[in-house]
Amino acid sequence: MSVSSQVAPSGAGTPRKDGGGGQPPGEAAGRRREGRPARRVSTGAVPYLLLLPALVATVVLLGWPLVKNGMLSFQNLNMRQLIQHLTEWNGVENYRELLSDAEFWHVAQRSLIFTVVNVTLVMVLGTLTGLLLARLGKRMRLTLSIALTLAWAMPMIGATTVYQWLFASRFGVVNWVLDALGWHSMAEYNWTGHQFSTFFVVTLLIVWQSIPFVAFNLYAATTTIPAELYEAARMDGAGALKLWSTVTYPFLRPFLLATTFLQIIWIFKSFAQIFAVNGGGPERLTETLPVYAFVEGVGNQHYGMGAAISILTILILLALTSYYLRLTLKHEEEQL
Amino acid sequence: MRRSLAGRIWPNATAVILTVVFVFPVYWMFSTAFKVRGDILSDTPVWFPTSPTLENFRTAINADHFWTLVRNSFVVTVGAVLLSLFVAMLAAFALARIKFKGRRGFVLLFMIAQMAPWEVMVIAIYLIARDSDMLNQLLPLTLFYTMMVLPLTVLTLRGFIAAVPKDLEEAAMVDGASRMQAFIKVIFPLLAPGLMSTSLFGFITAWNEFPLVLILNKDAEAQTLPLWLSSFQTAFGDDWGATMAAASLFAIPVLVVFLVLQRKVTGGLTAGAVKG
Repeated sequence: MSVSSQVAPSGAGTPRKDGGGGQPPGEAAGRRREGRPARRVSTGAVPYLLLLPALVATVVLLGWPLVKNGMLSFQNLNMRQLIQHLTEWNGVENYRELLSDAEFWHVAQRSLIFTVVNVTLVMVLGTLTGLLLARLGKRMRLTLSIALTLAWAMPMIGATTVYQWLFASRFGVVNWVLDALGWHSMAEYNWTGHQFSTFFVVTLLIVWQSIPFVAFNLYAATTTIPAELYEAARMDGAGALKLWSTVTYPFLRPFLLATTFLQIIWIFKSFAQIFAVNGGGPERLTETLPVYAFVEGVGNQHYGMGAAISILTILILLALTSYYLRLTLKHEEEQL
Repeated sequence: MRRSLAGRIWPNATAVILTVVFVFPVYWMFSTAFKVRGDILSDTPVWFPTSPTLENFRTAINADHFWTLVRNSFVVTVGAVLLSLFVAMLAAFALARIKFKGRRGFVLLFMIAQMAPWEVMVIAIYLIARDSDMLNQLLPLTLFYTMMVLPLTVLTLRGFIAAVPKDLEEAAMVDGASRMQAFIKVIFPLLAPGLMSTSLFGFITAWNEFPLVLILNKDAEAQTLPLWLSSFQTAFGDDWGATMAAASLFAIPVLVVFLVLQRKVTGGLTAGAVKG
């Protein structure tokens, strides 16, 4: 079988310094293995054995809950059924009810807008911060790096608590500053009392915590750009915009794509920030899909319904990221 | 290269403003934690604690089971980090270095697995745990946290392993080292930044996790610090001093680990993913 002998390290075409006699390394390796046929069989199983623990973990710890979740989504499962261990199948009833419910579509739309706004802000501001890091002198760069690290490392629940304190209606420092700046109606403003202002706080929190990751990644990426490229482009009289589009952007593109992909996943899934700031309120107006699934399922004890929402959430997330997934798979194909 | 005065001032001025924006919430957390009540509930903010006190920290630590929760959090977090590193390392090596049937499928599997919205699967996980007597235990929690960080860890480490020139490994093997020895002596040291950034990611994910432990472990003896922090807020209402002291205590281990490792880790996570 061809698979069994395909071990990457001896890939033909790799130049080798010690290869005396002009023998292609691939052949040499092949012959070495031919002398020991027993080894050949074991090599074929090696990759699968190495992957086995990760695969078992994925099947048991993720696959099983996912399948279970899928099954629950076809059941009428509320508090009573849960306690009495009853299984009441109700077909696609949960999905039918959800998809014909205007509320679900509102929440889905809200989730998408929330994700687009946050990802855009994070990517634009994070990239600018990363480029800024690259332009700074040594000392200022270290100072800003430490500041970014502090925000990045703040545990989410801790950060959420701190933001609640910053935006507290009484004695909160934000309201005091706004009042001092002359916006007196903000003196005792209740930030979690309105849909928009609650989202504002949540967005600020998410953007504040996500910028460092993007900035550090992009800064690291700029360090891989050869300085000569800039010199050459400048000689040709390229302006700042031209430099960005001909030199910087092509180098940063893969990093931007990978980071955007992670940000879409992380932000679309954000739960703790929204839930902890105001539990999806006021009046359930800041529920995004994950929060909606949790409130409907765990909070209102419509477990089957919650499971159906979560399945739809997963499908939407897959659709959102399918472009990047396809791109990566194509890249993978080219490599083989 | 010559830059105009304005060209030098702008970046630095922006950097100063950004520094303040990013540091202030963290500073405000610590400073509130050390303030006496009068300084906290003041109509004009008190920017520095006038008479620093440890009273808030005392209130925070005196909560029931505090030290048990600290221990639980460390056990679960460290366990998940080590376990995921080990399992991911094996898988990443196979995906980076060996060509075999189904490799693309495995890569896709991990890419999709990393998207799993755990928060919305808590009901299913609860039922599984309940039916197999796994409630109120630390081991299932550790295993689930391991799984939460495993996919990204695999993909990142794979990128780092792929970036190590094959010649290096081969040279070691020609010198008589076994494949295992070549891996330990040659590849492993070059993976340090990847290992560190993935362990940081694992550390912060497990340390923070909240919905799953909330549902699975109702028993206070088996809970972790995020539950303490959130219950603390409910119990003490607007006692911001104590709440900020609790948040500080919760944040300190992560802040310390990040500040120590940050410069070695910068850019590690996507660098690994991109190189792959």
